[in-house]
Amino acid sequence: MKEEWKNFKEGLWTKEINVSNFIQENYKGYNEDEKFLSAVTSKTKNVWDKCQELLKEELKKHVLDIDVDHMSGIDNFAAGYIDKDNEVIVGLQTDEPLKRIVNPYGGIRMVYQELEAYGYKLNENVDKYFNEFRKTHNQGVFDAYTKDIRKARHVGLLTGLPDAYGRGRIIGDYRRIALYGIDFLMEQKKNEWDNKLLGPMTDELIQLREDVSVQYRALEAIKNMASKYGYDISKPAKNAKEAIQWTYFGYLAAIKENNGAAMSLGRVDAFFDIYINRDMEEGILSEKDAQELIDQFVIKLRIARHLRTPDYDELFSGDPTWVTCSLGGVSNDGKSMVTKTSYRILHTLSNLDPAPEPNLTVLWSKDLPEAFKKYCAKMSIATDSIQYENDDIMRPIYGDDYAIACCVSAMRVGKNMQYFGARCNLAKALLYSINGGIDEVKGDKVIDGFEIMDDEVLDYNKVKKSYFKMLERVAEIYSDAMNIIHYMHDKYAYEAGQMALHDTDVHRLMAYGVAGLSVVADSLSAIKYAKVKPIRDENGIAKDFEIEGDFPKYGNDDDRVDNIAKEVLEKMYKELASHKTHRNAEVTLSVLTITSNVVYGSKTGSTPDGRKAGVPFAPGANPMHERDCSGALASLNSVAKLDYCNCCRDGISNTFSIVPTTLGSTEEERITNLVAVLDGYFAQKAHHLNVNVLNRETLIDAMENPEKYPLLTIRVSGYAVRFNRLTRKQQEEVISRTFHEKM
Amino acid sequence: MTKGSINSIETFGLVDGPGIRTVIFMNGCKLRCKYCHNPEMWHMQELNYTPEELVKKIIRYKSYFQNSGGVTFSGGEPLLQPKFLIETMKLLHENKINIALDTAGAGIGYYEEILKYTDLVILDIKHIEKNAYTELTGYNIDEVEKFIKEMNKQNKKVWIRQVIVPGIMDNLEYLKGLKQYLKKINNIEKIEFLPYHKLGEEKYKKLNIEYPYKELPEMDKEKCNRLYETFLNLNV
Repeated sequence: MKEEWKNFKEGLWTKEINVSNFIQENYKGYNEDEKFLSAVTSKTKNVWDKCQELLKEELKKHVLDIDVDHMSGIDNFAAGYIDKDNEVIVGLQTDEPLKRIVNPYGGIRMVYQELEAYGYKLNENVDKYFNEFRKTHNQGVFDAYTKDIRKARHVGLLTGLPDAYGRGRIIGDYRRIALYGIDFLMEQKKNEWDNKLLGPMTDELIQLREDVSVQYRALEAIKNMASKYGYDISKPAKNAKEAIQWTYFGYLAAIKENNGAAMSLGRVDAFFDIYINRDMEEGILSEKDAQELIDQFVIKLRIARHLRTPDYDELFSGDPTWVTCSLGGVSNDGKSMVTKTSYRILHTLSNLDPAPEPNLTVLWSKDLPEAFKKYCAKMSIATDSIQYENDDIMRPIYGDDYAIACCVSAMRVGKNMQYFGARCNLAKALLYSINGGIDEVKGDKVIDGFEIMDDEVLDYNKVKKSYFKMLERVAEIYSDAMNIIHYMHDKYAYEAGQMALHDTDVHRLMAYGVAGLSVVADSLSAIKYAKVKPIRDENGIAKDFEIEGDFPKYGNDDDRVDNIAKEVLEKMYKELASHKTHRNAEVTLSVLTITSNVVYGSKTGSTPDGRKAGVPFAPGANPMHERDCSGALASLNSVAKLDYCNCCRDGISNTFSIVPTTLGSTEEERITNLVAVLDGYFAQKAHHLNVNVLNRETLIDAMENPEKYPLLTIRVSGYAVRFNRLTRKQQEEVISRTFHEKM
Repeated sequence: MTKGSINSIETFGLVDGPGIRTVIFMNGCKLRCKYCHNPEMWHMQELNYTPEELVKKIIRYKSYFQNSGGVTFSGGEPLLQPKFLIETMKLLHENKINIALDTAGAGIGYYEEILKYTDLVILDIKHIEKNAYTELTGYNIDEVEKFIKEMNKQNKKVWIRQVIVPGIMDNLEYLKGLKQYLKKINNIEKIEFLPYHKLGEEKYKKLNIEYPYKELPEMDKEKCNRLYETFLNLNV
């Protein structure tokens, strides 16, 4: 046993890289309540006060500063501090807090747009290199894209594809640095390269050998970067402070090197807790010290930034970074993995203030301790900053050391990686199946081989048949696009630092997504149960629909329509899974829009469910606004029917807003009832729930008087956001959602 | 086949009994309380549910009930559909679902069997004095006495609800009378005062019925709370 591991219980982890085994052998569960928690220290307060001043300034300017002279990279920036004397955890992306990095590897055109938007100009050398000598991911993708993919992208059938920016959604196992030290990790990679990854030299093996070489150098770069802050991370961490600092250096390397949409942290609560406990037992750390470390670590996560274009902001509003931090859960043998550090991390919402990042994600299980369930509910009610995901359905698939990337994407830490695929517009595809593959907004022929339907009243069987055939075509195009994107991303914008913190024989997930599910379910239900007459323009394109009679609507626990939603997802998944994938990735599917439901809606014409052209879709798997009118639980029950285990293993997002007085008349009642809602929802194998407990009036007031609510945080679809950082259109959409109230 | 007339179902009831409850609003009521806020449920309507159908729907919410929640029959007056109620309750009982009955006690008998399956009675006290009761509800208080008698016989757990109407119940004399009146009920677990509100007025307009308390102001919530405190401390 290494000296740094003294007092830890030995296991498989001492012989191989196996953080999960280290955790299982050493963590101590905690079943009591939150009374032990400690208040903010003056050091932390000083650091946070400085940040808040900067954040205020940033809010005014939108972007505080940009480093135009250095490019993204693990070790390309000088050390930076917020308040050196008071920082107990150090490390910034650039030499100053909130100063953003230029990352041209994804695409240089995007960089120009970003800089132009904020009045900056790129350093001439960088400009020259990336135009004359260095090809980007974006250029690679467009060298290979087909005509069909370009059309699908242009009309918004496929949107948000990571073909011009970093794909993100990869979680390095940053904990490995703390547990093993960089040198050991480098040795392992070298050993594999020298002795295991040997001939015959197929394309696959050559690519993997190149990957591992690049990973090896990235590990060295992480070590050098840390040394700029005065830390030698070649050996394992000796105490809690080092464990947290080492882990953070790993994460910091990731966000210096990459600007992926979601740069998630992983799962650190039980891991940190083991170190904190050991220090406490040795008498070298107090509860106050432990909380200080966690608070300051969280401050660092809160000020991570990426440079985005205004277009991007419109899609994913509020400058999200998805530093998703997974908490709690249960071990494979059924023991709760809630530790005091799970509490300490949630407690940052009190010690600092409610905030959208890190994206606090509780892995909920029926077997979590009651006290912890109640604490989560209490913090949810107070801050609207927590999301919940069902550990009891994820654990059988991903084991007990998985984490969530972005909003709802589970992966085994250090063992799985994801090829992020944004999403396709299911509602638009439905219109194409009625309009002969012609786009209802732009008038372009997008998909060949379909006739315009000229029926006076739409026939369910006919529409469904055409729609399912359309989904087959869409899946084909989508799959082609994804294979090209990730081939090029691996080639031109490889995440060396993050992948170095994965097993070399990593399991890859190809994560497709869909938007507009509730619109499609209600539209097909309307066609089936009511009379839907298209109103066509001179070219025969259905511009609007006349609906006679009522029809069952998704969100009311009515199988007649809920089963339609299920069937559409199953069909889409089956089609996507039928295609070959880049590097044999396993196909997964999510029902998640984040805030892009607004943009998807604006690009989609009127639909047969009565939704008018341009009106936002419901987010994620949510029922359409105000159509779920049988009470909150009926709405939840509908979403719970969508099949996570066999169909949507990349997540099913549901955002739930409830008025405080409806949840109960006293705080205690509200807590008990929220716990019962979560338990009841997840017992039905539902996957995800964002919880907001607030009044619509508060949001309306916050929209009109933003200065009154600087901290108002709400959960949108899969992430939390400061309400005042949403676009007006998105604020209006959030306000128009169903707020469950008592009748 | 027995069928019931259900007005609506609230799947997320948090105020009509403990925990999370599915509240079944049943049509039909013989009382015409002047402050009634559910006038749309006065009359029996189409028979739209068999007991099996209703129970099937309720079971969808069982996972939310945990140890405390369950079903609450409300209305209208659920006691007016005794056969349907008993059959449904039997099925719920077999499924181990907690049953609360939100009633004014003005039914048409079969109380013994109904109460046999009831875990909690939420009893709405309309008025405690015979003439005033009739004045307020247009009905006879004697029927309620029969119901209370059976409740006591089975020693059923009871929550009392009293709507406080300004000018009628917001005085010491009424509170004293109420305290005395409640002594005859055996197993009271909780007493709630509900301040009279006018949320039902819209419904009257829609139904083209004149709202009896047009001129009456809503009950002040704070005052209602003070009355409740006074009531608790009364020694009668």
